[in-house]
Amino acid sequence: MAFDKMELKDIEVWDGNFAAAQAMRQSQVDVVAAYPITPSTPIVEGYAKFLADGYIEGEFVMVESEHAAMSACIGAAAAGGRVATATSSQGLALMSETLYQASGMRLPIVLNLVNRALASPLNVNGDHSDMYMIRDSGWIQFDAFCSQEAYDLNFIAFKVSEDHDIRLPAIVNQDGFMTSHTAQGVKTLSDDAAYGFVGEYKPMNDMLDFEHPVTHGVQTEEDWHFEHKARQHNDLMTKVMPKIQSVFKDFEKLTGRKYNPVEKYNMDDADVCVVCLGTSVETAREVASDMRAKGIKAGVIGLRVIRPFPFFEIAEALKNVKAIAALDRSSPNGAAGMLFNEIAGALFNTDTKALLSGYIYGLGGRDLTKAHLVALFNELQANADAGKVTTKLQQFIGVRGPKLAFL
Amino acid sequence: MAKKGWDEFEIGAMLRTFDGKIDNIAATQQEDRAYSQSSSYTASVADWRLIKPVFNKDYCIDCQFCWIYCPDVSIISRDKKLIGVDMDHCKGCGICVEVCPTNPKSLLMFSEQADEESVIANWPKKDEEEA
Repeated sequence: MAFDKMELKDIEVWDGNFAAAQAMRQSQVDVVAAYPITPSTPIVEGYAKFLADGYIEGEFVMVESEHAAMSACIGAAAAGGRVATATSSQGLALMSETLYQASGMRLPIVLNLVNRALASPLNVNGDHSDMYMIRDSGWIQFDAFCSQEAYDLNFIAFKVSEDHDIRLPAIVNQDGFMTSHTAQGVKTLSDDAAYGFVGEYKPMNDMLDFEHPVTHGVQTEEDWHFEHKARQHNDLMTKVMPKIQSVFKDFEKLTGRKYNPVEKYNMDDADVCVVCLGTSVETAREVASDMRAKGIKAGVIGLRVIRPFPFFEIAEALKNVKAIAALDRSSPNGAAGMLFNEIAGALFNTDTKALLSGYIYGLGGRDLTKAHLVALFNELQANADAGKVTTKLQQFIGVRGPKLAFL
Repeated sequence: MAKKGWDEFEIGAMLRTFDGKIDNIAATQQEDRAYSQSSSYTASVADWRLIKPVFNKDYCIDCQFCWIYCPDVSIISRDKKLIGVDMDHCKGCGICVEVCPTNPKSLLMFSEQADEESVIANWPKKDEEEA
């Protein structure tokens, strides 16, 4: 079965969903098993349309749930194909059991996770609750701040994930609606250049190799389980980040677009800095520039790679900052936020004197406005001037009612 | 199996059925295959069986129903003739007995401790009512 190539303009106007679908087409994904859910639906719909129109040689498997979708992806990946899917929120929650299966079985699957709040109350808009929920599942996690990055990171994810030294599944996060449904100019790769970058899929321990039969998905008890989990953690801690760095370099050579595990903006001489994820990074960058005009040396750090957590890279990036805000777009429900905790862990035992405070914002798609960020940078400057955190360690931004602050 | 360290085995909790490459496996009898140590063929996985099937060849018509239905491939058939039950893998589910069409049945379940010779000697007679 042959397939047609698609002529693309150098810059196309795509939203994050269509950019991801195009990247899946150009990577010639063999199998997509999916159960549609807002706001990620157009990604798998896009793949299905490209397939029906003869632009892909592959299979679209319609299933009865997200649990079944990831299960079918696991089967297809174990059989020896390039596999991807997409989901959001409740869909990811239903998938969560099988996510651990995929990573433990060391199967390279790319999951486009269009970030959305978790019920209850039911909400279809963007926050990072789903991204946070499965952060210990053993998947590599990338984060796109805009459509261009959702496109680029798909190619990067396949290349990292499928490497025989890695063989771990990867999630590409993008913000629900704010990225997924916002059309922007996206610089494209030609079909040949994109496929050339991702490369031919190289199977490993595939079930369709009938001369070397294998059993996937075995049971291990107390005598073996720990060693398998240790192996997986070791590979995430020692092999994945160097591989990501080298794939980022290759991608820069091809496109001129440079990615880093920790994306720094105006950080060289920053006194105060915001650390955040997703579309908030772009808003924070704009406000940080405005703050410079007002005499506040503001910087922004966006995490491009969430798992494995860039522990040393973030400690290095923050070592000379006086006050840091960790912005978490997910309710920690009884603890400090994930970014607050991870950053605190990375900075503890270092010589930094940085003051760290945490903020919960944007739940259920609530806007993070420039005014919020101006107030936030001013608060950080006040902390820096006072030499101590002048507020509670955890505050809520943009919620109605009496001010919420804890810890 | 030897207890290896975390860095000493293949990734992915994946097990190989055979040592090395296999060729024309369908035409090779189980006992002649190079099963790996990790294949359950070489392991007894039936130690929790409470009742066992006993095969009485006097009544068997070699219809192969038991061989087809056995969920653990524990019916040993050679040249389309039932020759016995693989007791290292049989879990004692009784499906072979259930599907056996002969009268009396050629396979019946007995307690694990039952003596095979004596139960065959006392095998039930043909059920005239059913016939």
